[in-house]
Amino acid sequence: MSKLFSKENQEVFTGPLNLNNPVAVQVLGICSALAVTSQLEPSIVMGLSVTVITAFANVIISLLRKTIPNRIRIIVQLVVVATLVTLVSQILKAFAYDVSVQLSVYVGLIITNCILMGRLEAFAMQNGPWASFLDGIGSGLGYAWILVAVGFVRELLGAGTLLGFRIIPESFYVENGGCYVNNGMMTMPAMALIIVGCIIWAHRAYNDRKAK
Amino acid sequence: MNTNSNTYTIAYASIMVVVVAFLLAFVSSALKPTQDKNVELDKKKQILAALNIRDLAGTEAVEQKYDEVVNADMIINAKGDTLNAGADKDMAGFRVETKDINAESLPLYVCKVGDEVKYVVPVSGRGLWGGLWGYVALDADCKTVFGAYFSHESETAGLGALLAEQKFQDLFKGKQVFADSAAASVALTIVKKGQVKHPEYEVDGLTGATLTTNGAAAMVNEGLQSYIGFFQTVNK
Amino acid sequence: MEQMLSLFVRSIFVDNMIFAFFLGMCSYLAVSKNVKTALGLGIAVTFVLLITVPVDYLLQTKVLGPDCIIEGVDLSFLSFILFIAVIAGMVQLVEMIVERFSPSLYAALGIFLPLIAVNCAIMGASLFMQQRIGMDPNSSQYIGGVGDAIVYALGSGVGWLLAIVALAAIREKMAYTDVPKPLQGLGITFITVGLMAMAFMCFSGLSI
Repeated sequence: MSKLFSKENQEVFTGPLNLNNPVAVQVLGICSALAVTSQLEPSIVMGLSVTVITAFANVIISLLRKTIPNRIRIIVQLVVVATLVTLVSQILKAFAYDVSVQLSVYVGLIITNCILMGRLEAFAMQNGPWASFLDGIGSGLGYAWILVAVGFVRELLGAGTLLGFRIIPESFYVENGGCYVNNGMMTMPAMALIIVGCIIWAHRAYNDRKAK
Repeated sequence: MNTNSNTYTIAYASIMVVVVAFLLAFVSSALKPTQDKNVELDKKKQILAALNIRDLAGTEAVEQKYDEVVNADMIINAKGDTLNAGADKDMAGFRVETKDINAESLPLYVCKVGDEVKYVVPVSGRGLWGGLWGYVALDADCKTVFGAYFSHESETAGLGALLAEQKFQDLFKGKQVFADSAAASVALTIVKKGQVKHPEYEVDGLTGATLTTNGAAAMVNEGLQSYIGFFQTVNK
Repeated sequence: MEQMLSLFVRSIFVDNMIFAFFLGMCSYLAVSKNVKTALGLGIAVTFVLLITVPVDYLLQTKVLGPDCIIEGVDLSFLSFILFIAVIAGMVQLVEMIVERFSPSLYAALGIFLPLIAVNCAIMGASLFMQQRIGMDPNSSQYIGGVGDAIVYALGSGVGWLLAIVALAAIREKMAYTDVPKPLQGLGITFITVGLMAMAFMCFSGLSI
């Protein structure tokens, strides 16, 4: 057991969560990250789907890594990813229909999420299945927490709710005699970019200070 | 083994394709019934919501309520003639997709809430970013709105998306479909926020979402207009 | 014809791949440091889009849709795999063409040329196209034929090209400004793109 959670493996897992974050530091997987974050629930589902797919794609590629012909390497990786994504999309449609409607085409776009291809190419092709699994989970969660953070801010400020539950009481609103209005700007795509920009800023400022 | 030879590459690719195709075909056929059921259930929920029956818990409650309330779904044409009565719940009207709705095939749901007959008609249109759709329930005389349900593909959250909220949909309750007793053309519409002049048939719009409001107004007005033939037969 | 024109204008300005859907962000952020390379990548993306979207349209309507090959069989669960295969193949082809005719552009684009295959804008265009086939035919987003698919691909490509060239131009100027250190590079670029997206939102009210 101690070998399974050796120091190196721990680093493989925690690296992407902070210092090597796929979104904030490596700029991977922004595409699908922003469009689904106007509410918290799809952000969580998207984050989890990507984590699961990255982990399993990493394991599969890592198991196959010695047999894959070098010339069709990329295609093999894409096929593995596309298969997993199709599975996830079918499962979502069958068991979480409402969420699959909300995510619409963005489930399919997980295929082209650069995190996946990046991890497969850079990590799974060289490492064993267990380490690859941890790396996949770590990268996926590193991506997921940014998504959830953005989704949290946008839903709270944009609609006054979290996961559909009202957080800011109705009586605070102008129409009910209060002095609060939802920030409609937050629900626009543009704000997602600006929030991610601010997260990167905070993240860097924090890590720079720690490095000193 | 030489993993770079042509034979190996081709064999590898073919095996991969076969394995993947079988896996996906298996999963897809295994999950298909559940998926179709979900789509159907979603539609049933929307029709029930138009009849002001909301927040049903669980699949079975929805199915049961739907069977109880919706007596028939039929296909009619613009003149009001019934083309497919669908009295024994053959779901003929239920299966009509939004894009297949035209003057010659208009789905209509005949429902009974309590002891009163209600009619539910589907409407669809375009908002600011994408499609809008919904169902409008009318009283037996087809002149008063009993309830409404709308949803959207991708309207702006917090503004246009409020279309899908019960608060907005409840505004439709009790509105008149026609402005006068002649009942020649549908007057029911949605106007810009705060500019209601005829509260009998005008619904207050959404704040900060003029284009969604306009789209929804056109959807409701034109959608009901295509059923005018039917409304006139009912009132004859 | 009129419908095609509005589809074209709409897909450039209103349904802009970058500003409305954030598709193709990875290469968008990474290759937008100078205008020349940005232009090259933009053209390459437009070209790949122009080929893949119509091909995927034909695949979707003639092969994958319900009852296309065998009566009663809906193969649409294979669409992800087939679309990505078409895209990967096309990118390979474009890569060879660029390498043969413009080695300098090839060197400048570097790793991002093969990465067009995983550019979400390309896959996204095919998936949106798939979604739009089932739309209301009167909608200005409706795609009802190969012609529409080509127009949509061209519009999306031009929209992407416009966005990346614009950002590259801003970033060239921004090199001389005093940005707080932790915000430099990526952070400020994100915020710039956010502001640009806000400006593009004005087009959303365009009635075409």
